[in-house]
Amino acid sequence: MKEGTYIKQPNRALQVYAIVFLIVLYLPVLFIPLFSFNDSIYVRFPMQGLTIQWYVDLWTRESVWAALQNSLTVGLWVSVISTGLGVVAARAITRYRMPGQSAIVTFAMLPLIVPGVIFGVALLVLVSRLGIPLSLYTVAFGHLIICLPFAIATLLPRFEGFDRSMEEASADLGENGWWTFWRVTFPMVAPGIVASLLLTFTISFDEFIMTFFLSGTDTTLPIYIWTQLRFPREFPAILALSTIILALSFVLVFVALWIGRLGVVREQVSATNAGS
Amino acid sequence: MTTNDAFISIRNVGKSYGTFRAIDSVSMDIAHGEFFSLLGASGCGKTTLLRMLAGFESVSSGEIFIDGQPMSDVPPYRRPVNMVFQNYAIFPHLNVAQNIGYGLRKLKLPRAKQDQMVDEMLDLVQLSGYGKRRGHELSGGQRQRIALARALILKPKVLLLDEPLGALDKQLREQMQMELRRLQRAIGITFVFVTHDQEEALTLSDRIAVMSGGAVLQVDSPSALYEVPKTRDVASFIGNMNFLDAKVTGCVNGHAHLDVQGIGRLDFPSAGTTLTEGDKVSVAIRPEKLVLHDTAPVNGSKAIAGEIALTTYLGERSHYQVRVPGCDTPIAISTQNIRMHKPQEATIGRPVWLTWSDDALIVLER
Ligand SMILES: Nc1ncnc2c1ncn2[C@@H]1O[C@H](COP(=O)(O)OP(=O)(O)O)[C@@H](O)[C@H]1O
Ligand SMILES: [Mg+2]
Repeated sequence: MKEGTYIKQPNRALQVYAIVFLIVLYLPVLFIPLFSFNDSIYVRFPMQGLTIQWYVDLWTRESVWAALQNSLTVGLWVSVISTGLGVVAARAITRYRMPGQSAIVTFAMLPLIVPGVIFGVALLVLVSRLGIPLSLYTVAFGHLIICLPFAIATLLPRFEGFDRSMEEASADLGENGWWTFWRVTFPMVAPGIVASLLLTFTISFDEFIMTFFLSGTDTTLPIYIWTQLRFPREFPAILALSTIILALSFVLVFVALWIGRLGVVREQVSATNAGS
Repeated sequence: MTTNDAFISIRNVGKSYGTFRAIDSVSMDIAHGEFFSLLGASGCGKTTLLRMLAGFESVSSGEIFIDGQPMSDVPPYRRPVNMVFQNYAIFPHLNVAQNIGYGLRKLKLPRAKQDQMVDEMLDLVQLSGYGKRRGHELSGGQRQRIALARALILKPKVLLLDEPLGALDKQLREQMQMELRRLQRAIGITFVFVTHDQEEALTLSDRIAVMSGGAVLQVDSPSALYEVPKTRDVASFIGNMNFLDAKVTGCVNGHAHLDVQGIGRLDFPSAGTTLTEGDKVSVAIRPEKLVLHDTAPVNGSKAIAGEIALTTYLGERSHYQVRVPGCDTPIAISTQNIRMHKPQEATIGRPVWLTWSDDALIVLER
């Protein structure tokens, strides 16, 4: 007899596939931190020597700090607003039955599949027609459109799995709608809210196409990186910057996963609550 | 029970979902301190009625009064009732003590007083020392007690319970039944208890409303429901019942003459009934109220003659099916095994005679 149950039997081919897949996926990415410590402005083997000069160089650059600050500001606002709107939308979708509901949901999800270029151009036309100057506000607005469907998609399963009798129990114990939301609904969907905040922040932080169309003189980090690519001398500094972003992204993803695990524990609890 | 001392008064209450009528003009009164059960098969509208009492469903017609106040415009969080949900609805993000103390926020009591009240409730449901646990660390029976404590801490005038014991295994269920009864006696508030388990309803209740298809068939004490059911549906829903088709052949001197399938002629007092000549009725008798004999009764009293069609030996008692000439279905008899059961008593085809005392027969409209 082999070890393990039928499903859990070790599968050699699958393991090899997984390893090859991971290598192909991450090897190119690994060159970025590697060459960010290379003592040469050219990205080629053999490497010259170890240095942190590009990081020091970054540290002293005003424009990098300005772009970073813009990215963080826009990212924070966009994640908070899109998650807030997502909560309202997800709650409405799961709580109330309205005619044409599935059509509305599909429509709200449209930015997931419409190419960013098209949305970018459309918004640019709209904004210039209305005479609104391009600024970080227009950028944030563009990001909001992209992030909202992700927020809804993250939150919807939480609200769908939500047991209505929890809110009824709260009402039964004397709490009105507002207090019920704060004492029961919100804490129970909190893992979904945190996941949505992290996801939408990451998307906004990464977003290039919309930002490219909608930004004025203030730029975000991706745009800054793109403009610097024209100057070969700046390339190692860009590698250093990318390395930092990469490291932060990893941290963010692990935090998200960790919180996601908390969410799973919560779900098991409500499952035992309901299923016994 | 007059309307005056009714604590909950349900007046012509109906509930429609679209064109579907879930509750059809129900009226009843529930007294203060009563253990009142809603009994009926699944889907008959028990939960719907209970949720209308709690305020989670609006009434489509009629009115519910609690303590004399009309409830139509009162939201759930202002009603003097609390509910124990079928799935208990224990808040998963709070521990046991926080769950039980959930409703205390509005009372604005000092912290120490709140803790003391929670401890008292934990004592009452015999879960002292469990305050710091989470819902998923508890068994079904313990979760059920927390749901009870959480509802009772607010000292409601009415406690609503929706099949609270349905999820428990048999032994625990019987234990919790005893405990519920003890609790209800101890705190003396009105319980409205939903169940589809007739035995449970009979064990616990002061009075039971038997429901079917959104209507209330009969409201009575457990013994009245069992001994004098008013309709065939109630009679067959509660316990087992033999029905013999009969026809009224005449009414003389306050007596109705019935021609009963398998028995022949029987006389019944017709005072207080609507029996008239030509009525088709059923004569009903419980299996345990029939007496089984091996020989024909000598003194000429009425008896049904038949033969054993099936015997089921259950240890404490035996069930027999007796085939009677002239009856479509065999008659069921249940006897207590006072003497040692002998295998030959179970022989199929053995001729037997059935007798009864007159007050065991009930005449019901067909
Ligand atoms: N929200 C609803 N919409 C439509 N029909 C419902 C709704 N709630 C209950 N019903 C119907 O009303 C009837 C009574 O339901 P319920 O009160 O839950 O029965 P019970 O608790 O006796 O099993 C059922 O036929 C059920 O399908
Ligand atoms: Mg029900």
